[in-house]
Amino acid sequence: MSPQTKLPSQDTEAAAGWRARLHAAWRKAEQTANLAIGVPDYETYVRHQRTQHPDQPVMSYPVFFRSRQDARYGKGTSRCC
Amino acid sequence: MNTWTSRLGWTLLSVFAAVCLGVVALRRGETINAMWLVAAAGSIFVIGYRFYSRFIADKALRLDGARATPAQLHNDGLDYVPTDRTVLFGHHFAAIAGAGPLVGPVLAAQMGYLPGTLWILVGVIFAGAVQDFVTLFLSTRRDARSLGEMIRTELGPTAGWVALVGVLLIMIMLIAVLALIVVKALAASPWGTFTVAATIPIALFMGVYLRHLRPGRVGEVSLIGVVLLLLAVTFGGQVAADPNWAPLFTFDAKTMAWMLIGYGFAASVLPVWLLLAPRDYLSTFMKIGTVGLLAIAILVAAPELKMPALTRFTDGTGPVWSGALFPFLFITIACGSVSGFHALVSSGTTPKMLANERDARFIGYGSMLMEACVAIMALTAAAVLEPGVYFAMNAPAAAIGTTAESAATAIANWGFVVTPDLLTQTAKDIGETTILSRAGGAPTLAVGMAQILNSLMPGFGSMAFWYHYAILFEALFILTTVDAGTRIGRFMVQDLVGAGYAPFRNTESWVANTVATTICVAGWGWFLYQGVTDPLGGINTLWPLFGIANQMLAGIALIFATVTLIKMKRERYVWITAVPMAWLLICTLTAGWLKVFSSNPKIGFLAHAQKFGDALAKGEIVAPAKSIAQMQQVFLNDRIDAGLAMIFMVVVVTVFVLGVRTAWQALRANAPSTHEAPYVTTNETAVAGH
Repeated sequence: MSPQTKLPSQDTEAAAGWRARLHAAWRKAEQTANLAIGVPDYETYVRHQRTQHPDQPVMSYPVFFRSRQDARYGKGTSRCC
Repeated sequence: MNTWTSRLGWTLLSVFAAVCLGVVALRRGETINAMWLVAAAGSIFVIGYRFYSRFIADKALRLDGARATPAQLHNDGLDYVPTDRTVLFGHHFAAIAGAGPLVGPVLAAQMGYLPGTLWILVGVIFAGAVQDFVTLFLSTRRDARSLGEMIRTELGPTAGWVALVGVLLIMIMLIAVLALIVVKALAASPWGTFTVAATIPIALFMGVYLRHLRPGRVGEVSLIGVVLLLLAVTFGGQVAADPNWAPLFTFDAKTMAWMLIGYGFAASVLPVWLLLAPRDYLSTFMKIGTVGLLAIAILVAAPELKMPALTRFTDGTGPVWSGALFPFLFITIACGSVSGFHALVSSGTTPKMLANERDARFIGYGSMLMEACVAIMALTAAAVLEPGVYFAMNAPAAAIGTTAESAATAIANWGFVVTPDLLTQTAKDIGETTILSRAGGAPTLAVGMAQILNSLMPGFGSMAFWYHYAILFEALFILTTVDAGTRIGRFMVQDLVGAGYAPFRNTESWVANTVATTICVAGWGWFLYQGVTDPLGGINTLWPLFGIANQMLAGIALIFATVTLIKMKRERYVWITAVPMAWLLICTLTAGWLKVFSSNPKIGFLAHAQKFGDALAKGEIVAPAKSIAQMQQVFLNDRIDAGLAMIFMVVVVTVFVLGVRTAWQALRANAPSTHEAPYVTTNETAVAGH
């Protein structure tokens, strides 16, 4: 089979692969930007809470964000010159 | 075959690095292209990372990938989270990068680009990156404890307390000197003042948006914020050109200092979500974006370095700061080569998020190399300026007068050709009335950046736009440091005073908070005001004190690291931290000693005080003071500065003596005597489900 006559399913598979990779890269960039200002990843937190502490409530994103903001600046952050 | 090609590759890269460095170091009498500098630095950093940091990781520290990190042991999804190493690298770099690496190299350029370049390259590979890496490692092995706590457990409580006092003092000096840089940049500059003032309502709006309108949507609000900032930069030009509006944003240095002091107080008692946090978000993103932009611009524009490799001021007679190359260059460039402050960051939030102990090398050593790249870029931006323009911007009025003509004459006497026209034209290009005596690094860097960016994108914006953009970008994160630093200072004061009087420790107490904040603001405010009224420009006096303080803290961190290596029974590798430690102690103590006791009144505080004291006794007035009151002020300032320098020396010597004592006991012990957290393997944490 010549490369020109790819099956349609191969095309979508390749496209899906690309999309997944792009999505992963975007997620990573998002996580980096958030952590640079001291906000850890919300999804990771939710997963941790669900698997490790299923009996405890999970903070909503706004509550989570507020608690992280207070944690970062509450005691003062060390930052460089 | 594979190892053979890899060896060949590394050999070729080493030869390339040596050639580039040779060009940087040996060309004389003709300008060189900045690319030589960039290529030399880049290849040396890659080689240093590949070989030296790996040696430290594998042989000296023996990083253990099977050992559970605090993030794995205490995973709570919030503070302790095992984090992807590139994501964590961004966090760590954002925390260590600030104004320091942008200012020090610019000031050091008065000796030419070569001394600063060599100290950045050698300093970061053998001292700065080592300190950051080792501190991060040691904190990771100790449940992510802070530097102060680790010193207390490994070197004893006295050393811990002394170090804490040292940290408080360096914080106060840091804030004072950074605030002074902002004052120098904004005094008599309505455009700059308007732009920076506009950040306050923009940050307040962002704060309310994030708290109440659309909680936690950082991405969209930061984008809105950046757009508003760019509009403010553009609009500032019209404000400055308008005869009715411009005077409202034109202040002299003294008024500006008082406004900053008031601002610092207000900002540090306001709720964090309202002003501090949103401005921190803006400054973090703008910092990373602008540094990236500058890096690309330098690579694409490939400018020529107009500053000579060495100037005549290596002899210590320079107008920007006084003192010979040794020891003063090594305290002038702190951040970028080695910064004690990073030891605080490396023992802060980063060790709580390491997914694997082996990542400490990439994050600790690697981030610091990145910071050194920023320092090299700042040095490049200063060195692409005409040397005459550089000196006009950085020399105090006492040396060059206050007109373009007097400045051009004075600078020509130093051997740098510059016409008054060039000075006025440069000021006009950047939309300012004057560029004279704007010491402190920020304006110089801004002019350099504006030249590079404007040459690259002549149609987009103007010199004036880029200049004020650069000023804004620096002022933004300096102001964030001012109020975040005041807040940390306040907690430290509460901690220290609370040790004697317990109720003071209560951070909920309104009285305790206000008193502690006032102490902290008064501390840095005093030095800021002293710097603003100093006829020698302030930077001349304050930057060396800050440099000594910062390098002293690096000395303390390296003493701690050295002693701990001995306690781990890794004596064979102790030179890795002991050699940079010794070098920093020699530099700081020599510089501190000279600042206090040098008989040259340009360098020694006491000699300077003596000169003014003698004149006062005779009832004479010595220039640049203009009245008896000013004379008395100078006399008092000198003695306080001398006292401060002495305290720094006492702090570092005390920690050193206590360190030697602990090391001696550890040497005689037969087994390791460190206080590491118990060993748990990653498998065990997986089983425990945490």
